[in-house]
Amino acid sequence: MGLLYGLIAVGLALIFGLMDVVNFAHGEFLMIAMYATFFLFAFFAIDPLLSAPLVAAALFVFGAVVYLVIVRFAVRAKANAGMVQIFSTFGLAIVMRGLAQFFFTPDYRSVTHSWFGGKTISVGGIFLPQPQLIGALVAIAAFVALYFFINRTDFGRALEATREDAGAVALVGIDKNRVFALGWGLGAALVGLAGAVMAMFFYIYPDVGASFALIAYVTVALGGFGSVFGAFAGGIIVGLVEATTALIMPPSLKSVGIYAVYLLVVFVRPRGLFGSM
Amino acid sequence: MDTAFAQRRRRDLIVAACLAFVAALVPLFVKDVYVQNIMVLTLMYAALSQSWNILSGYCGQISLGHALYFGLGAYTTAILFTKFGVLPWFGMIGGGLISAVIAMALGYPCFRLRGHYFVIATIVIAEIALLLIQNWDWAGAALGIDIPVRTDSWLTFQFTRSKLPYFYFALALACIAWFVTWWLEDSKWGYWWRAVKDNPDAAESLGVVVFNSKMGAAAVSAFLTAVGGSFYAQFVSYIDPESVMGFQFSLLMALPAVLGGIGTLWGPALGAVILIPLTELTRSFIGGSGRGVDLIVYGTLIVLISLARPEGLVGLFSRRRKGAVR
Repeated sequence: MGLLYGLIAVGLALIFGLMDVVNFAHGEFLMIAMYATFFLFAFFAIDPLLSAPLVAAALFVFGAVVYLVIVRFAVRAKANAGMVQIFSTFGLAIVMRGLAQFFFTPDYRSVTHSWFGGKTISVGGIFLPQPQLIGALVAIAAFVALYFFINRTDFGRALEATREDAGAVALVGIDKNRVFALGWGLGAALVGLAGAVMAMFFYIYPDVGASFALIAYVTVALGGFGSVFGAFAGGIIVGLVEATTALIMPPSLKSVGIYAVYLLVVFVRPRGLFGSM
Repeated sequence: MDTAFAQRRRRDLIVAACLAFVAALVPLFVKDVYVQNIMVLTLMYAALSQSWNILSGYCGQISLGHALYFGLGAYTTAILFTKFGVLPWFGMIGGGLISAVIAMALGYPCFRLRGHYFVIATIVIAEIALLLIQNWDWAGAALGIDIPVRTDSWLTFQFTRSKLPYFYFALALACIAWFVTWWLEDSKWGYWWRAVKDNPDAAESLGVVVFNSKMGAAAVSAFLTAVGGSFYAQFVSYIDPESVMGFQFSLLMALPAVLGGIGTLWGPALGAVILIPLTELTRSFIGGSGRGVDLIVYGTLIVLISLARPEGLVGLFSRRRKGAVR
C-alpha cells in the first residue's frame, strides 16, 4: 500500500519539483484512471494489469492537455500566483468530479474478477493479497523506470535543467512549455498507472480521488517537495504508519496517524525529510 | 500616511455605511423566504471570507483549514446549549475565545513553516479535528447535533417564524468583520502584516516582530470565524462534522476573497455577493437532478475567474479609480 501511495505521490512531486505548482486535481486524475480501467474491463474484458499501460498513456495525454489549457495560464499570473494555481486546479477537480457524477452516476463500481483479484499468496507464512503485491511490484518497476528516465535520457536532462533554471534553458533552445507539458503528462501517467492497479482492489466512485489526494500531498510534503526519492520514501513511511495506526486505533481514525506523523516531521524539519532549499 | 490614503479610508467608511444601510432596507421589500435565505448566507460568507482574509490575505499565511475554527464555534455553541442550557451568546464568545487560543497554540509550531508546507499543515490539522469529532460519541459523532427549538427570542437566538433576525445579525457580523479589517488596515499590525506578506526576511530585519504579528492575525481571524460558526449553528439548528468542518468548507470560505481580491478591503464582500447567490441558484435550479451539473458549472467558473482575474474583481474598480485620479 505504501508503495502505491508513493506511486500516486511521485507524479505530484514531479510536477511540483518541475515548476513549483501543486496540482489540486491530482486525486481526480487518479479517479478517472480508475474509471478508465473499469470501463476497459467492463466493455472489453481487458484485465487491469494489461490496461495499465493504456491508461497511463491516456493520462499522459490528458495531463499534457491540462497543462496547455489551464496551468500554462495559471503560472503566468503576476498577482497572487500561489492562489491562482491552487484555485484553478481545484476548480478543475470540482469539474472532473461533477462530470464523473454526470456520466458515471454516483454508484460504487468495482472490477469484479481480474487475474489476481481476491487471491492471496503465502510468503514465508505471511499471507499477502495478490493484487496488492502486484501493485507494489508495478510501483517499484515504475520508480526504477522513472529514475533511469530522468537521469539517462535527453528529455530527462531537459526536465532537470528546466527545473534548475527555466530562463536559461530557453537560451539553449529548449521550449519551456513543451518540457512542462511533457512533465505534466509524465506526472499524470504515473498516477494513471497507480489508478489502474488500484482499480483491482478498490471501489470506484466519483469522490474516490479526494480520499487519496490529501494522503498524496502529505506523502510528498513528508518526503520534501521537489524530491522524487522523497516521495518514494514518504510513501513507504505513510503506508507503514497507516498499518500501525490501524492496529491500535479504530479504522475510521487510521488517517490521523499519517497526519500526526506529517506534522511531527515538518515541525522538526520544516523542509520535509529529503527536501532541499 | 498621505492625504490621498486618508481620503480613501474616509470614503471607504462612508461607502460601507451607505451599503449597510441599503442592505438593511432590502428585506422590507423582499419578502420571499428563499431569497432571504440566500441573503443571510451571502452575508455570512462575506463575514467569514473577511475573517479569512485577515490571516491569509493581509498577512499572507494561506490557510485552508479555517473550517476548524468555524466548526469549533459551531460545536461550542451547540454543545453548551444542548447539554448545559447555556445561551448561544455565551457560546459565541466562548467559541471565539477558544478558537483564538487554539489558533495561537497551533500557530506556535506552524508559523515556522513556509509556502506549501504551511498550507498542507492547516489542511491536515483541520482534517485531524474532523476525524476526531466524527469519532467522539459525546459530541454526536458523525451524526452531529440537533439543536432543539426552545422559544423564539433574541435571548436563545432562535427564530422559527421569520428569517429577519438572522438577516440583521448576519449583516451586523459582516459589518463588524469589515470594520475590523478597515481598522486594522491602518494600524501598526496592518503595516506589519503587509510587510510580512511581501518579504518576511526584510520585515524581520527592519524590526517587525514577524512571529507575533502572525499570531495576532491568526487570533483575530479565528475569533471572527468561530463567531460565524456559532451563528451558523443557530441558523440551521443542525450541525454535523462533515458540513461544518470538512475541507470543502475551508475552500468555500476562501473562495469569495479569492474571487473578489485577496488582501483587499472590499474583495471578500464583493466576492460573496457574486459567488454565493450564484452557487445557491445553480444548486437549486440545475443541481436538483443530483447528477453533478451544478459542480460542473461551479468548477468551470472558478477556473475561468482565477485564470482571467488573478488579482480579483476588485482590480476592475481600482484600475478605473487610478485612471480618474490621473
